[in-house]
Amino acid sequence: MIESTEVKIPVSGIGIRRKARASIALIGNPNAGKSTLFNRLTGLRQTTGNFPGVTVEKHIGTVQLAHNAFNLIDLPGIYSLDGISVDERIAVDVTLGRVPGTDRPSGLLVVIDATHIYQGLYLLEQLLELQLPTIVALTMIDVATANGISIDIDELQNALGGVPVYPMSSISGHGLDALKERLEHITSIPSPPIPASWPDLSETSQQISQQLGPDWQRIDVIQALLQTHPGFEGKLGNLLGQEAVASLRMKLFGDEPPAAVEARKRYQWIRTVITQVQEHAPLYSKIGARLAQWTNRPWPATVLFFAVLLLVFQAVFTWATPMMDAIDGLSSGLGRWIITQMGDNAFSSFLADGVIAGVGSVLIFLPQILILFLFIIILEDTGYLARTSFLMDRVMRSVGLSGQSVIPMLSSFACAVPSIMATRVIPDRRDRIATILAAPFMTCSARLPVYALLIAAFVPDQSIGWMNLQGLVLFGLYLLGIMGGLGTALLLKSSALKGPKPHFMLALPEFRLPNIQTVAIKLFDRGRIFLKRAGTVIFVVAILVWTLAYFPRHEVTTPSAMTTISDTSSQPDMANKRAAAQMEQSWLGRIGRTIEPVFKPLGWDWRVSSAVIAGFPAREVVVAVMGTIYAVGSEADELSLSEKLRSARWPDGRLIFTLPMVLGLLVFYAWCLQCAATLATIRRETNSWRWPIFAWTYMTGIGYFGALVIYQVGSLL
Amino acid sequence: MTLADLARGDTAKLDKIDTRDPGVIRLMILGMVEDITVRMENIAIGGDPLEVGFFGSSVSLRKEQARHFKVTRITAGD
Repeated sequence: MIESTEVKIPVSGIGIRRKARASIALIGNPNAGKSTLFNRLTGLRQTTGNFPGVTVEKHIGTVQLAHNAFNLIDLPGIYSLDGISVDERIAVDVTLGRVPGTDRPSGLLVVIDATHIYQGLYLLEQLLELQLPTIVALTMIDVATANGISIDIDELQNALGGVPVYPMSSISGHGLDALKERLEHITSIPSPPIPASWPDLSETSQQISQQLGPDWQRIDVIQALLQTHPGFEGKLGNLLGQEAVASLRMKLFGDEPPAAVEARKRYQWIRTVITQVQEHAPLYSKIGARLAQWTNRPWPATVLFFAVLLLVFQAVFTWATPMMDAIDGLSSGLGRWIITQMGDNAFSSFLADGVIAGVGSVLIFLPQILILFLFIIILEDTGYLARTSFLMDRVMRSVGLSGQSVIPMLSSFACAVPSIMATRVIPDRRDRIATILAAPFMTCSARLPVYALLIAAFVPDQSIGWMNLQGLVLFGLYLLGIMGGLGTALLLKSSALKGPKPHFMLALPEFRLPNIQTVAIKLFDRGRIFLKRAGTVIFVVAILVWTLAYFPRHEVTTPSAMTTISDTSSQPDMANKRAAAQMEQSWLGRIGRTIEPVFKPLGWDWRVSSAVIAGFPAREVVVAVMGTIYAVGSEADELSLSEKLRSARWPDGRLIFTLPMVLGLLVFYAWCLQCAATLATIRRETNSWRWPIFAWTYMTGIGYFGALVIYQVGSLL
Repeated sequence: MTLADLARGDTAKLDKIDTRDPGVIRLMILGMVEDITVRMENIAIGGDPLEVGFFGSSVSLRKEQARHFKVTRITAGD
């Protein structure tokens, strides 16, 4: 998410690729089908990055039309231009060309959900004040029809003063061609007339902007009057005189908050428009709402919530197994083949034990991570994640937060980085920081490899009823993360971040079938990020660890005994001792033994300790490091990593991975903050080093302490 | 009577809104303004938060904000 990457995959056959001349901003309410339309229009010609200075994601794609090409800027989903949240401010600033490095768009493509034109028209009316050529894509028209809503498009266009409206279905693609044809000529569309919803405000602002000259546009004056842009208010006062501005405000808003008056005025107009253009306005939509109503009844919803979570964890473990076995077989087979083909030397060991064992041990978790993300993406796209925040508001309130913190925390099960960014919908800074510090406790996908490895190695694969014991243990670890996060929020909200009771308001989307293309693109994106990390960070660390473990060579280690790999079973003790001796005197062994005392109270030997240290930049590295350490240190290459862990011993012959030690290690992983990307994101989002330093110290501290208590108490029993 | 007093399934007309609470203004921006008809879709375990439906949309809010909306009940729910 942090890096800027580009994907160029031709999807529309072979054709001439035109260079984009201008940009169009894509804007609309959350859940209005914006990203589906974006993907429809741009295919895979997308770039992802961030807008400068803020962590709002910048998504730009190229739309190839018959004669033109445009850059399409995907803006965050918003309900109004009031600038209360960072998202809203960025959306306004981008459309007005105030963001450095992003050209002012030459037109707007406004997405309105046909089943929610009430709120869609509100944003549109505000956007018309920007005086940019505007096209409306009326999405989900098929869903609206199914719900018995019919919309008179001509009548709607009339009410909007001629702004073109294109009904369409992003899912089937129906209506897309007509929209594309119009997009071709977007720059020749006249800028929209004064919006009819609040002509007083628009006309007054128009006159003032003409008085003030080219530096002031109508929208600037409106923002100054509505006090939605901090910089403009004072400037306008200086130009017109504070008293003149105050009397203007009095005339427009009386003594009420401007935003409340605006909502009243514009929605009043929108209601009359809806009665004119909409065949029948049901109070609530039918099929989706009825399903939502039932599943949202307090008790069914709670049961369903835990059922969904359990299903996800079961699926992550059981569905992925065949693919993981295949990857495992492939990588260990390849390693063996290299050693037999090339003989045992530094280079073959480098390839087999360093590169293949290291990267392969992380790559093996790709199937699990894809399954996890598949679920998260589907839950998000069906609107279920938003529903859970209604369900969980009560729980969050007990730790001093609101349901608004639920979506960031749930998406943290995939990755803490986007989830920390998702906290920007939380208006109160204290609540936001408490959520940011709680989110990294949730079990992210990078913890999964570590959990999966240790569970597969030390938890018996047996069934308890219809549940699998390994799945249950994993579920327990997820609960441990949730407890850590909620406990932290409670602790902070009742001490350093004490503040007023948070509000909770959220538009709840109804259930919707996810779009396969959108899900596929998002999943592909996550897979690519994971593979990129495996190919870069983890690759480099694996090589580094191999080098440290392989050199300097132990004099006694002669290749004669090692080339006969198939015969190792005849003399395993000798070979293992030799390998262990090599490991001990390698650089890695020396470093490991230096830090061993720190972790010895937790029952970790120097190999586990150095793997954990190596994992601080990115926790999934631990598995790669263990893969490399145990590959270099072991003769029996046909054993899988988990088998090697099971047989790892202290010099005095005791097993290293005992039950208390493994449980402690799991607790350490559940709580410890081993992720440089998360720390960098906390730094950016809180704009200070204080919080990332606190988060790291605090999480590492309680992780260490938790592991210590469990190992020490467990060893006594 | 306020929005907070409705039972699940009730429909009501919003009469008067106290705009002094900033949370209330957010709800108005989402379309909860005077004279619209709303339906109490759901009440969470423990009686809070509430889910209110209008014009095909659902919005959730806490009782604390709901008390700022004076309403007239139109029909009683189940």
